[in-house]
Amino acid sequence: MAAAMPLALFVLLLPGPGGWCLAEPQRDSLREELVITPLPSGDVAATFQFRTRWDSELQREGVSHYRLFPKALGQLIAKYSLRELHLSFTQGFWRTRYWGPPFLQAPSDTDHYFLRYAVLPREVVCTENLTPWKKLLPCSSKAGLSVLLKADRLFHTSYHSQAVHIRPVCRNARCTSISWELRQTLSVVFDAFITGQGKKDWSLFRMFSRTLTEPCPLASESRVYVDITNYNQDNETLEVNPAPTTTYQDVILGTRKTYAVYDLLDTAMIHNSRNLNIQLKWKRPPENEFPPGPFLHAQRYVSGYGLQKGELSTLLYNTHPYRAFPVLLLDTVPWYLRLYVHTLTITSKGKDNKPSYIHYQPAQDRLQPHLLEMLIQLPANSVTKVSIQFERALLKWTEYTPDPNHGFYVSPSVLSALVPSMVAAKPVDWEESPLFNSLFPVSDGSNYFVRLYTEPLLVNLPTPDFSMPYNVICLTCTVVAVCYGSFYNLLTRTFHIEEPRTGGLAKRLANFIRRIRGVPPL
Amino acid sequence: MAAAGAAATDLEVVRGKRAALFFAAVAILLGLPLWWKTTETYRASLPYSQISGLNALQLRLMVPVTVVFTRESVPLDDQEKLPFTVVHEREIPLKYKMKIKCRFQKAYRRALDYEEEALSSGSVQEAEAMLDEPQEQAEGSLTVYVISEHSSLLPQDMMSYIGPKRTAVVRGIMHREAFNIIGRRIVQVAQAMSLTEDVLAAALADHLPEDKWSAEKRRPLKSSLGYEITFSLLNPDPKSHDVHWDIEGAVRRYVQPFLNALSAAGNFSVDSQILYYAMLGVNPRFDSASSSYYLDMHNLPHVINPVESRLGSSAASLYPVLNFLLYVPELAHSPLYIQDKDGAPVATNAFHSPRWGGIMVYNVDSKAYNASALPVRVEVDMVRVMEVFLAQLRLLFGIAQPQVPPKCLLSGPKSEGLMTWELDRLLWARSVENLATATTTLTSLAQLLGKISNIVIKDDVASEVYRAVAAIQKSAEELASGHLASAFVASQEAVTSSERAFFDPSLLHLLYFPDDQKFAIYIPLFLPMAVPILLSLVKIFLETRKSWKKPEKTD
Repeated sequence: MAAAMPLALFVLLLPGPGGWCLAEPQRDSLREELVITPLPSGDVAATFQFRTRWDSELQREGVSHYRLFPKALGQLIAKYSLRELHLSFTQGFWRTRYWGPPFLQAPSDTDHYFLRYAVLPREVVCTENLTPWKKLLPCSSKAGLSVLLKADRLFHTSYHSQAVHIRPVCRNARCTSISWELRQTLSVVFDAFITGQGKKDWSLFRMFSRTLTEPCPLASESRVYVDITNYNQDNETLEVNPAPTTTYQDVILGTRKTYAVYDLLDTAMIHNSRNLNIQLKWKRPPENEFPPGPFLHAQRYVSGYGLQKGELSTLLYNTHPYRAFPVLLLDTVPWYLRLYVHTLTITSKGKDNKPSYIHYQPAQDRLQPHLLEMLIQLPANSVTKVSIQFERALLKWTEYTPDPNHGFYVSPSVLSALVPSMVAAKPVDWEESPLFNSLFPVSDGSNYFVRLYTEPLLVNLPTPDFSMPYNVICLTCTVVAVCYGSFYNLLTRTFHIEEPRTGGLAKRLANFIRRIRGVPPL
Repeated sequence: MAAAGAAATDLEVVRGKRAALFFAAVAILLGLPLWWKTTETYRASLPYSQISGLNALQLRLMVPVTVVFTRESVPLDDQEKLPFTVVHEREIPLKYKMKIKCRFQKAYRRALDYEEEALSSGSVQEAEAMLDEPQEQAEGSLTVYVISEHSSLLPQDMMSYIGPKRTAVVRGIMHREAFNIIGRRIVQVAQAMSLTEDVLAAALADHLPEDKWSAEKRRPLKSSLGYEITFSLLNPDPKSHDVHWDIEGAVRRYVQPFLNALSAAGNFSVDSQILYYAMLGVNPRFDSASSSYYLDMHNLPHVINPVESRLGSSAASLYPVLNFLLYVPELAHSPLYIQDKDGAPVATNAFHSPRWGGIMVYNVDSKAYNASALPVRVEVDMVRVMEVFLAQLRLLFGIAQPQVPPKCLLSGPKSEGLMTWELDRLLWARSVENLATATTTLTSLAQLLGKISNIVIKDDVASEVYRAVAAIQKSAEELASGHLASAFVASQEAVTSSERAFFDPSLLHLLYFPDDQKFAIYIPLFLPMAVPILLSLVKIFLETRKSWKKPEKTD
């Protein structure tokens, strides 16, 4: 295709007035971060975050020159005047009850009227989703933390979630101008028992089959945080290798945590050994040393029998010993499950629980799903059951998915709550604190924001016999043809009066014998 | 009694026959048309004959040329004959089904006073400036001024001059055959400024049979409503090079004026990005003599593919993208040079790929490494880069160097880097290309619809086809009357409408119900109904024939 064409230059370029100005200060910056958290169940969670911040008003200035911010996303924002975009691909389910509250939730709420929310529970996440995601990173996967993003390891995990979050952030305290923030996040949960042959020790190499070799030269911050919180005050239970240069302490998700910090931009960090392979060893088996489970977790299921009616139930657990807190429950249910809103019951501790706010938007067939949003107060140390009955609708025969007997997915419900914290937290300075700490806004120190998703549900719908149209056509045609045939016979046949035949069976038998004998019949 | 019985039976037989005939009549006259009507696919009527007529369309490209004679340019008795009009028509020999004729309509007239004054000024630039002001010339038209044989407006050895706008100057002659000689010179100049075989051959390259020149001619981008131009700075080694480019300023100063001049040919959008760790796909060869690295010409095709996956697709539009890459080689491979066929380094260190874009290798000054620690701050010299990219942009748009007739002086380029008549030439070529594309699209659509009877033709598809046909005819008419701007607009409309009709998704709706399956469903109805009707018809026919033959015999 390509051809080397020596060019004859005759284009005259005139420098415009002003001549050459020096390059203006860079208006975009990149921070990258990896948080490794040993989970209560013994698994290891790794959370990558890449944050590009661009001091530019994409929608207003008609910008078309990109540096760190990916052009494809910038064009999307400018063309469709996006206000925010959150896109995530998740494989597996975050087990809040065993793993604790997740780090990554969708950031603070957006206005409902502009929000478009959609979930595709049936979609499978694959390496083909990871590759374009990696291409959006300024350092691609060549340097920095992104070296660890090797597809075959990332998808051999119990949980994999990659996301792109774009939102405007205030450039200053009074918010007179905005910047655009792109956060690319990726969380994985490694099953430590399987990869570590029964031991809970881990290292970067064992998890990712790579080590860190060089920082991304474009990043202004590149750090690895390892959760080394010591719940047992008396003696040390774990050790990390190499020893961290600093540690970081803060209140994360309501509990006090300690992190070992490795700064890749610190030249001594990598140059000593040419690569950085962080290892964690347990000195004693960690048992019952983790804090009790999270205060809020939820469960959801479908009950009922038959293919006509059913019931959706959501169980909300508040395990806090003495504090009640409100939860905002958002449910989107497809239109082919026709909800009976009058059957909505909310009970906690055997008593009716009246929600302080209900917003219900009924479904329209084939156009929009049901939207049910409630603010429910969860009493201390209780289980609240939210249940609603539904009827299964019949779809048109072309509307069924390729494998309809597999069932139809119902998207998870979303729980947003301000959960009381165990320890009071300081307000966060967004630009200074680590990225994982600035994911959720802390309104005041006494509680923290959590957004949880329940399991997606699989509901069976009545499925027709798909050869039915053909059968119906054939049967109708046959019936018509049979009626037609007898009618036709009746109308076109000529009827004769025939002489009654004399003699019965005996005579015919006699004649038959006579014919055999060669005698003329009677 | 028996006779009465026989008569009753005969009556019965006749009634039965009539009933059978009536059944057959209802089934054939009512049933079949009803079934046919209710199950037929909707096909709006299309102008098939007009579409097949488009293939034999004669394109007449009319270039209005105004020829202005100054006082001493031709002999006096010749001047007496002015004004008059001469038409020079010529068929352009292309192996294409459309006949393309090029027609120069030369309107000869005498110079007005201000023109005389302007043409007697000292230099051709001054004359141009004075002639420019009064009137705006229409797109596609040309004005040629004939000056006296000994005028000092042009250097003595030059016979003609082509200006940056739509004007040219030709030296006159005192001769008996003055008009003929000057006429030939004028046609030469006018051809260089408007239509040549090469330009049209390049425009129709996709529609012409393959020959050895076609690869070269296929360099220009296909005609489209708009184009996206993306400048990408590839920095594969950000650890060593901290590259800065003032792309915003460069676009504002150099690219935007050029695109503004081109704006009649389509919509343009320009953006830029910086890609880090984006490598070329081939390892350059080290030359120890000059301690530099070389990319051979035969390696260049392999350079583009690995880079292209990083460039990203455009999310905002469907226009074709032109990529211009500025590659700053990594420290380990610098300096890097591109070699041509003979092994000599290419002066611009750049190459382009037809219909894709261009790549330029930008080496960092080796002195920079000594001065400071890594990474080295590199300020890209945008004048050097944009010179190359703009030259490539011209090539990719098919604005080639004109074939200047001998002894002709070509004016220097305008500051936008595009002469007005070059734009006209582009519009001529694009109009012809658009017409060819639209005609091909419509012809293949008509063929397809004729071949596959299951395709639904909705009314909106049909109206798009009608609109495309009308636009093609309008464009051809406008070309023949010399209105280039409106012809180009109509040709664009023709392409848009024809493609919209061709790619309409409703064409595919019923394509997956083959006839044999349809009849398999109908057979349980058709077979039991048809068999008795046919049998009784055969029986009636045989009996009637017998009853006809019988009387003959008795007689």
